[in-house]
Amino acid sequence: MKLFRPAGKEPLWKDEFSINRADEQYVSRRQFTKFLVLTSLGMFVGNVWILARSWFRGTPVYPEKNICRATDVPVGGVWLFRYPTEKDACILIRPDEETYVAYSQKCTHLSCAVYYAREKNRLECPCHEGYFSIKNGSVLQGPPPRPLPRVLLERRGEQLLAVGMAVQEET
Amino acid sequence: MEPRNKPIQKRGLTAIDGALALIVILLIVQMWLLTATLESYLAGHHEVVLPAAIISGTLFLICAGLYLFVRRIDTEARSERKDKVD
Repeated sequence: MKLFRPAGKEPLWKDEFSINRADEQYVSRRQFTKFLVLTSLGMFVGNVWILARSWFRGTPVYPEKNICRATDVPVGGVWLFRYPTEKDACILIRPDEETYVAYSQKCTHLSCAVYYAREKNRLECPCHEGYFSIKNGSVLQGPPPRPLPRVLLERRGEQLLAVGMAVQEET
Repeated sequence: MEPRNKPIQKRGLTAIDGALALIVILLIVQMWLLTATLESYLAGHHEVVLPAAIISGTLFLICAGLYLFVRRIDTEARSERKDKVD
């Protein structure tokens, strides 16, 4: 039985604890690189998913829908309705006697419900103080990145109808 | 010259660190690209979606190439060390 190890050889503890620091650094870096590359793959898949959604989207069909009678909305008043589906809240505004405008009520920032600020004649989002123009739904101030989608209206006699939606360009 | 005298493992680590830094930069660009594409898509600008997917794919391929480079360096450094030990 050997009692002493010859000089110049690795110490005994290295046999017992056989982890090499330099090797370990390599492994951790390699694994981290692998993780980053998989994340990169995830980003690419995300882009492909958007591409697929863009290619396979159908032409949106907007039904005609009765909103209310024109006289139901007072000047400076609003009427809430849902269009094109029951999940899409919209707001109809009558800023003056002859004008009716309607927009999606979802703020384009984080989907909070916008309301009509009559005294300032604009649509306001209470969450992050995003303001939208009443004329065309464009962003006046705040974090929203896009204008509000506009509901196309048609007046037939006394009846107001929603006939479509217009997604507007960024301003 | 110091770099030549550096042990192979140390030089390999430097190369791997360089590749890693490059991958991180490319990943940040890819993240920005994804968010910008989603934003444009939701805004109704569908024309940007295809170029963005192509660029994202290219960035991924570069990242994958760098990963293969890291693996190769790793394997070489390991085999060198093994030879030394043997």
